[in-house]
Amino acid sequence: MRRCLESCSVIVALLFAGPLFAQRPVPPRPKAFATAPDIPFEASLSFLKFPADLYLGEGIGVATNSKGHVFTYTRSGESSRLFEFDPNGNFIREIGRGLYGFAMAHAVRVDSEDNIWAVDEGTDMVIKFSPEGRVLMTLGRRPESHGLDATPRPGTPPPPAQPYRFGRPTDIAWDAEGNIFISDGYTNHRVVKYDKNGMYVDEVGSSTRGSEPSQFSTPHGISTDANGNVYVADRGNSRIQVFSNDLVLRAIYDYVGSPWSLCITPGPHQYLYSSNSNPDNNQANIAEVTGEIYKMELDGTVVGKFGVAGKREGEFTTVHAIDCRNENELFVAEITGWRVQKLTLHPQTLTSSR
Amino acid sequence: MRNSFQKLLLAAVVLLFAGPVFAQLVVPEIPYDAVDPLRMPDGDYLGEAVGVATSSQGHIFVYTRTGSVNVTTATNRVFVRNAARLFEFDQSGQFVRELGQGLYGFIFAHTVRVDPEDNIWVVDEGSNMVIKFNPQGRVVMTLGRKPESIRIPNPEPEAPPAGVGASQTAEQAPVGVGVAGDNFNRPTDVAWDAEGNIFVSDGYGNSRVAKFDKNGKFIKSWGSQGTEPGQFRTLHSIATDAQGNVYVGDRGNRRIQVFDNDGNFKTQFLNAGAPWAVCITPGPHQYLYTSNSNGTSNFDNGEIYKMELDGTILGRFGKAGKLLKEFGSTHEIDCRNENELYVGEITNWRVQKVTLHPERAQTQLMR
Repeated sequence: MRRCLESCSVIVALLFAGPLFAQRPVPPRPKAFATAPDIPFEASLSFLKFPADLYLGEGIGVATNSKGHVFTYTRSGESSRLFEFDPNGNFIREIGRGLYGFAMAHAVRVDSEDNIWAVDEGTDMVIKFSPEGRVLMTLGRRPESHGLDATPRPGTPPPPAQPYRFGRPTDIAWDAEGNIFISDGYTNHRVVKYDKNGMYVDEVGSSTRGSEPSQFSTPHGISTDANGNVYVADRGNSRIQVFSNDLVLRAIYDYVGSPWSLCITPGPHQYLYSSNSNPDNNQANIAEVTGEIYKMELDGTVVGKFGVAGKREGEFTTVHAIDCRNENELFVAEITGWRVQKLTLHPQTLTSSR
Repeated sequence: MRNSFQKLLLAAVVLLFAGPVFAQLVVPEIPYDAVDPLRMPDGDYLGEAVGVATSSQGHIFVYTRTGSVNVTTATNRVFVRNAARLFEFDQSGQFVRELGQGLYGFIFAHTVRVDPEDNIWVVDEGSNMVIKFNPQGRVVMTLGRKPESIRIPNPEPEAPPAGVGASQTAEQAPVGVGVAGDNFNRPTDVAWDAEGNIFVSDGYGNSRVAKFDKNGKFIKSWGSQGTEPGQFRTLHSIATDAQGNVYVGDRGNRRIQVFDNDGNFKTQFLNAGAPWAVCITPGPHQYLYTSNSNGTSNFDNGEIYKMELDGTILGRFGKAGKLLKEFGSTHEIDCRNENELYVGEITNWRVQKVTLHPERAQTQLMR
């Protein structure tokens, strides 16, 4: 009986954990906010067309491949689910339904060979699918389950990070040689580099949260540029940290808010998009001063900004992923609104109005 | 950078000490090829390929951690998660069918084996069950019983309730002997002798081999937790030879222990690493394969050894990795054909068909 009560209370606590989140302090506007010009844009909520019996849950990941297909990775009622749409937004298929590595979606990215990579923070796994949707490689391993471990007491030091295990990983990127960079994550606070065959190379950060240079507090997104530099969304520290390919710190951009998601455009002149998303705890007074996405040069110069927090089309309900294969045609996935928007930017209008 | 010099130094030190140990072995490499032969239907997937076995017709059975949706638990958070599934493929790797969809005992796959009459046996360490299917795929025998519910550990240590769980046998018995009968605690593997007697390695929680007759009647069990002969630390795999001797992959003790049919200790092999998976070939000259698999958090070792039944190592092949011809924590080996093995891997979610070419090795040696 006593055990039953405890079991019940554990489950009840989990179910009701959301509303118990503490009120968070309201952050100041990012330093770049006042001076960054606004980039005009249009948004479409209806670009992705779902079959009548299929629903998007929390919009966690979105990515396009070289043919313009759109992939969304979502937290649905069933599990994590990965959907593919054609360039016109028509639903094509589901990939990985019932997959062992799917429990709590976090990111999807498409590499230069159109392989699809899903990052799942519930199973602590990164899964590489071929363009046909077959599993080609796995990184990390789902923890075996033989019961329910007690949640560690607050203040319990985290176990050291392991080369081939993740602690709720968040995102993935590659360099031109195919080396793999994983931001890891919520319980680890590091970036891990693997070679193209999945063998461990190096890491920066540790299992412990920190605010010094080369430390992280929830590295939540990651991108690389054409020279192999690595840009890390150090969300908890409200900064982007830039590393060389061998993970030596190069620069810190601490004036564009709390980066939930990063995306670097391809092509000869690369840009960096970073979202200062409104938090997913739905705290209204923070949403008033967050929500915008910044467009930057790779050296950190802010080019412009766009968007505000809100539930209407063209507003953002906690942007969690940005796809920027086309510089002025973005896809954003949003957590709390359960949606993906297609954005068309008009920076030329911005230029002429200056 | 940072500590890479230290790593290099450490690696050099390790190599210095490791070198002479390996040099003593002089184990020939067996040339081999490998393919990834299995073709799942579109939209369906293997998970961790922990079990693989072939039937007399060459059909391939895979018992995998994946599958239909169940609400269960993982670490300290509750998730919707999948269970175990059993798939059958034909000789060419084409998908034939699924067996045991939604089966009550399919929770956390560990191994699958096919007996001489082509019955299919799965060992599930989540449900603590061994389930026998006939060749048609119907359940014809169960060993063990699935716990009715999952226990959630208390944050505080709990005093044992008075009068419960304190039976004389449990009080006096060494750790790991289990309770007489088929009360498994995370069993790992199954084998049979020529009379159809059943041997179950049990396992992670218990540390014993349990013997049953062909009708599932408990005969005896032997072993407890420890390092002495006849004791085990995670006995992970089991196989029998034509004489009914029992070979136990005593993984935690990094040895294969050999027992006679009644459980009397005969010998042990200490020369082939940690035996994650053992397999004995059929036919007049039997061989033993054993995999010194890499753990699921590293890519050390990973080679598979071919041995005589007396423990003499004949050769080795493979290493840990993610590419074809490399192994990601080999968990089961099928060796119905001596030179055509099927290898199920945990972390690579894959079964490889490995074709050995021992004849090439001999020609290389003669040169």
